Amino acid sequence: MSTAPPLIRIRHLSKSYRRAEQTIPVLLDIELDVQAGDFVALMGPSGSGKSTLLNLIAGIDKPSSGTIEIDGVDIATLGERALADWRAANVGFVFQFYNLIPVLSAFENVELPLLLTDLSARERRERVAQTLALVALQDRADHQPNELSGGQQQRVAIARALVTDPRLIVADEPTGDLDRATGEEVLALLQRLVSELGKTIVMVTHDPKAASRAHRMVHLEKGVLVDEPSPV
Amino acid sequence: MKGLPLAYVARNLWVRRVTTLLTAGGMALVVYVFATVLMMSEGIRATLVETGQPDNVVLLRKGAGAEINSAISRGQARILESLPGLARAADGSALVSAEPVVLNNLAKRGSGKPSNVTLRGTGAAGLALRPQVRIVEGRMFRPGSAEIVAGSAIAKGFAGVEIGQTLRFGGRDWTVVGLFDAGRSGFDSEIWLDADQLMQTFRRQNWSVVVLELADAGAFERLREAVEADPRLQLEAKREQRFYAEQSEALANFIRILGTAVAVVFSIGAVVGAMITMFGAVASRTGEIGTLRALGFRRGAVLTAFLSESLLLALAGGVAGLAVASLMQAVNVSTTNFATFSELAFQLTLTPAIIGQSLVFALAMGLVGGFVPAWRAARLNIVDSLRAA
Amino acid sequence: MFLLRLLLKNAFRHRLRTGLTVLGLAVAVLAYGMLRSIVDAWYAGAEASSSTRLIVRSATSLTVPLPLAFAQRIRVVDGVSGLSWSNWFGGVYVDPRNFFPQFAVDGPSYLALYPEYVLTEAERVAWLRDRRGALVGAQLAQKFGWKIGDVVPLKSSLYPGNWSFTVRGIWQGADAAADEGQMLIHWAYVNETVRARSRRGSDFVGVFVLGIRDPNDAALVAQRVDAQFRNSSAETLTETEKAFQLGFVSMSEAILVALQAVSYVVIVIILAVMANTMAMTARERMPEYATLAAIGFPPGFVARLLFGESLLIAVLGGMVGVLLTLPLASAFAGVTGSLFPGFRVSATTMGLQAAAALAVGAIAALWPAWKASRTGIVAGLRHVG
Repeated sequence: MSTAPPLIRIRHLSKSYRRAEQTIPVLLDIELDVQAGDFVALMGPSGSGKSTLLNLIAGIDKPSSGTIEIDGVDIATLGERALADWRAANVGFVFQFYNLIPVLSAFENVELPLLLTDLSARERRERVAQTLALVALQDRADHQPNELSGGQQQRVAIARALVTDPRLIVADEPTGDLDRATGEEVLALLQRLVSELGKTIVMVTHDPKAASRAHRMVHLEKGVLVDEPSPV
Repeated sequence: MKGLPLAYVARNLWVRRVTTLLTAGGMALVVYVFATVLMMSEGIRATLVETGQPDNVVLLRKGAGAEINSAISRGQARILESLPGLARAADGSALVSAEPVVLNNLAKRGSGKPSNVTLRGTGAAGLALRPQVRIVEGRMFRPGSAEIVAGSAIAKGFAGVEIGQTLRFGGRDWTVVGLFDAGRSGFDSEIWLDADQLMQTFRRQNWSVVVLELADAGAFERLREAVEADPRLQLEAKREQRFYAEQSEALANFIRILGTAVAVVFSIGAVVGAMITMFGAVASRTGEIGTLRALGFRRGAVLTAFLSESLLLALAGGVAGLAVASLMQAVNVSTTNFATFSELAFQLTLTPAIIGQSLVFALAMGLVGGFVPAWRAARLNIVDSLRAA
Repeated sequence: MFLLRLLLKNAFRHRLRTGLTVLGLAVAVLAYGMLRSIVDAWYAGAEASSSTRLIVRSATSLTVPLPLAFAQRIRVVDGVSGLSWSNWFGGVYVDPRNFFPQFAVDGPSYLALYPEYVLTEAERVAWLRDRRGALVGAQLAQKFGWKIGDVVPLKSSLYPGNWSFTVRGIWQGADAAADEGQMLIHWAYVNETVRARSRRGSDFVGVFVLGIRDPNDAALVAQRVDAQFRNSSAETLTETEKAFQLGFVSMSEAILVALQAVSYVVIVIILAVMANTMAMTARERMPEYATLAAIGFPPGFVARLLFGESLLIAVLGGMVGVLLTLPLASAFAGVTGSLFPGFRVSATTMGLQAAAALAVGAIAALWPAWKASRTGIVAGLRHVG
């Protein structure tokens, strides 16, 4: 058991939406700790709130109440602009549909997050090259996304998530659009990020095979954490 | 605030080529109309301002406004000749030209439609006062003869004004013996002949205008005061350049105002086109916007990126419209000048100011058309946008 | 009916885009109609001419005056039933921007030749009796708020000095085309004043106006009049009033041609916008069209859907544009007043506006419809907007 404080410390987290006159609760009083270097899979049936929890941890949504401390900063208290800056420096995103910018090359896509830093053009170029090499796509740097396979696009997305060297990587169904073999490759890459680079990954998935690659699984049902998932 | 690269903006326009071309095309047409109208207005002004020499003074009857409304008697002309401060010709005589002006209705080449052409009775002094006028074909008319010379625009625009041909007016036949070039000034639209012959033919006693040259251009005020002070002279004196500038005002302003109003109305259509295009761009890239915001780009960066796209589109249209408008400089236009009631030929003139105004107009269209869509894009909620991807 | 409902629903699926397109079309159709009407108004003066009136002017140009003495010789020319004369007064009422035409005419004979200027007998008599009296058209009187008895000061560029005239009558035009924007004063009064200053400058007229009995005689009578003065010091040119008015119009021909050309430019602009809208619509609906094709609808059906939607939007935009043209035209006429007497939107113009809208609707859908019907089902289903 590590005595270091957890990287992610969530207490009393709740989130609800207003639709017309009604208030719909999505997450209820969540408490969760994630250590640095952990690989957590968030699982649950559709509507369980797992994606919402991921969005809150990633800082792209704000909770209705509660605290989310990440590396000592309670991001629930940050204003929109501060949150944007925080994301740029501290979080990497991996989406189910890769979400690459179609008009930019692989290189330019990976470079995007660096545009939010103060690095010079030359420094950016070096970083991008290094990161693309990490995911073994350095010779596809000038290709447009529509010239790459699904697996390759996801690896470019992972490189984009890594390029600013964030501590936390957030992945929403990263293998959802990939075939079995390619999916395995991507998951293997994610594992390496944890084991070799010391990244912390929080991943939403409903594929048990993908979840098994994680260090531990966290289950959600109807907005609450459950110890054992209900039998499917 | 860190922004998105220009490559992103430009390439998004390129990727939707058809839409970009149609939208920019609409804007190009509007800028073309705008620029052409300004070029016409400028062409009129430039032609008439060219007509004046800085040290010449024009005298008309008070309140006349135009040469054809003015009458100056022989007595008044004699008084003017003896005013101090006048430039002298080589033989010592004052450089003063008293000229009758008559309008002659001629048929235009091609359409055959009638137009009033200025007939100016002048002489050696009149020629000396207008150094920009040069005979380019044939020769000058002989004093005391029924010979006439025509300006280059008249020769081009009207039938029957070639060397050797005869025009009939005032009950007499007049032979064209020469053509002159007046350096693209108003005189190019005139026919010159002997002053006395013109006076006799039309049984006139009075001159229309007196033009004189000052020995020192700065002496104008003294001359004007002298003219005002003399009760025998009910005349007003103007610097020649000012006189011709005023002659251009009514027509140039009319064209400028009417044309600009038309261009502004047209721009509504182009702006609508830009709005439709940009709303479509935002709608089709909602997921992309969510991704960029998630990565850490601020709302302002998104607003700037989409607004830049609209501005770049407008700029492309503006440049294209200007390019086509600049081709119009080869076009010769002639119309009746309101102020003089006579024919004025001019060329469309493109100036740096017009280029600047046209580009600003284009960018304004891009701004108005692109602002609301860009604002909407920036207001999008990250989670909702990502869901749309 | 099903098709129409389908088209309507489809058109308004994207309310913003359809709404903007309709707005753009309405503005374009409106602009087209206004420009055409302005050009028409410029020619309106010629339309107001009478076929039984001829104008005699100097063959040299309108600015060269004719001796009054010519009147006796013209009067006896075969075919001439009435004779009057008119001088352009060229006066300024306070500010040059208040421009309106003033003519110094021979009172009784002029009114006889212009029966379309309708006056009460009292007004007519009052004017004829007052040398310094003026008759004004109703539109002009309304513009400046003049009533009978008001004094109008004028400064003329042609006849120096300060003049003032008293309004003795306000005429109504007998029909919509008649000019109500003019002022008529007495030639005799102006001439006396000129004569008092210098005997030389008097007894000259700008134009003679003569009446003929039979419109078919126009050319013949014109020739006879001109023959009288050929080889004299002042040769004349006699033409129908219409030709005379058209002569003025042709002075601004360059501007008119430009306005006419530019009225079609706005149609092209909106065609580009409409084509863009339809291209975007077609692109988005590719999967739907492919589905329809897969179900079994023939390829022509999709093309008809696109054409139908495009025409529907065009009809809507065109209707709004045409409906807005009338109120805008009367507002414009109110503002420009005497500059464009008889400004109205003709039926031809409205017909052309509608035709232009329909043409835009049809042409804009051409390429998208062709492309949509050509795309294979599989490709269409796979298409990502």
